[in-house]
Amino acid sequence: MFSNQERIDRIIGILIDSFFPILKAGIQFTIPLTIITFVLGLILALLIALARLSSVKVLIVLAKFYVWIFRGTPLLVQIFILFYGLPSFGITLDPFPAAVIAFTLNKGAYSSEIIRAAILSIPKGQWEAAFSIGMTKSQAMRRIIIPQSIRVTLPPLGNSFISLVKDTSLAATITVTELFQKGQQIASVTYEPLWIYIEVAFIYLIFSTVLSYFQEKLELRYDKGIAK
Amino acid sequence: MIQISNLHKWFDQLEVLKGIDLLIPRGETAVIIGPSGSGKTTLLRCLNLLEIPTQGTIELGNKSIHFDKSTKLTSTEIVSFRKSTGMVFQGYNLFPHLTALENIIEGQIIVLKKTKAEAEKKARALLEKVGLGDRADMYPHQLSGGQQQRVGIARAMAMEPEVLLFDEPTSALDPELVGEVLKVIKDLAKENMTQVIVTHEMNFAREVADQVIFMDQGVVVEKGTPSEIFQNTKNQRTLQFLNKVAER
Ligand SMILES: Nc1ncnc2c1ncn2[C@@H]1O[C@H](COP(=O)(O)OP(=O)(O)OP(=O)(O)O)[C@@H](O)[C@H]1O
Ligand SMILES: [Mg+2]
Repeated sequence: MFSNQERIDRIIGILIDSFFPILKAGIQFTIPLTIITFVLGLILALLIALARLSSVKVLIVLAKFYVWIFRGTPLLVQIFILFYGLPSFGITLDPFPAAVIAFTLNKGAYSSEIIRAAILSIPKGQWEAAFSIGMTKSQAMRRIIIPQSIRVTLPPLGNSFISLVKDTSLAATITVTELFQKGQQIASVTYEPLWIYIEVAFIYLIFSTVLSYFQEKLELRYDKGIAK
Repeated sequence: MIQISNLHKWFDQLEVLKGIDLLIPRGETAVIIGPSGSGKTTLLRCLNLLEIPTQGTIELGNKSIHFDKSTKLTSTEIVSFRKSTGMVFQGYNLFPHLTALENIIEGQIIVLKKTKAEAEKKARALLEKVGLGDRADMYPHQLSGGQQQRVGIARAMAMEPEVLLFDEPTSALDPELVGEVLKVIKDLAKENMTQVIVTHEMNFAREVADQVIFMDQGVVVEKGTPSEIFQNTKNQRTLQFLNKVAER
């Protein structure tokens, strides 16, 4: 009995000691990595979506090719090519920027499909109404179509944002000391992988729950002007 | 004034407009009637270049465009022509993310480059005119069909077009809401707005039209004053159509 009590105390001690270092790694790396790559990925995605919807053949082909490559290969492989592969071309990236670039390129491809589908879901009558008051194609896109598309993109983009929070754990493989990597380090010195990884999971859960909450808020805000 | 000469429209192998000639003097209201599939919508859409005619000429105010196989319009030309026409759609097509007021302001600011204050003043006046002064801040889904359509008319008017085009403006409406929309159109006719209206409301056509145009299978079969068409026509196809409509 006594030794059992001792073990429980030890585990509780380790969990308490490791909680803030792991949380800190999450706030220092996981969150910034998620937010930066999501925003950059979104900008990239919008450009790719607009290229695909344009009437310029070259742009359409390039955009399709891009999406084909990044959706058809594993994210982990993309990260490795960037971080371990590029140095043989004389391009050496630090782990964090390498992770940002890899995730952005990957997210850009996925999100562009979400944005494209949302734009295509706006009824033709909206374009025609915009044209009928003399708008050009780009004015109609900017003022009428995209604002309505945003609402449509929010649920799928929200989901992809939350999966990005979790996907950033792949950055551990290129030595970014984000949340998961920190957990790994602590697990290997304390020899308590079960409890540490449960703690890691718990902290991811906190992050994604908070983000889901904001996602819901945002969706509600954009629901104005739309009949239920 | 709007003048259409020898206007043809092909969709691939299908000739939908087969040489339309029309003259609608400034300030007059023309009503187009005809069976389903006769090309009424296509004609209206050609007038504001939502469809590009295959052949023919359209003159609108001081602008004139000739179409043939070699015509390649730039988007500037198309936009400049469209600014002279306003369109009211069967399904309203209001912008759902904007309030009634914002729907009417949008084009004035983006296309006509007016200031926000100017645009809003005009929008409020137009809403008042269509009887919706108190609905300015409502979103389209909060308005009835008849109210939405009246906002649609105000949105088109805000651009100060030479001509207003209406494609079955009341056919998506519940019967009890038709009257309020027709009243707005009648008022505009009285104020000498130039209008081209496609409708199945024959009583309304009789009342509001300076000119009635009967189309069938892509041609103008007959045109004339309401009494020429509705009371005194000798044309077999017109008679047949009017009888069929009367039976309903
Ligand atoms: N974009 C298109 N592509 C191919 N055919 C079309 C297109 N638009 C219209 N048509 C065809 O052109 C013909 C005329 O259609 P249009 O819509 O102008 O008729 P309408 O007189 O307005 O009929 P309705 O009273 O039913 O509205 C129809 O045979 C229709 O199928
Ligand atoms: Mg029609």
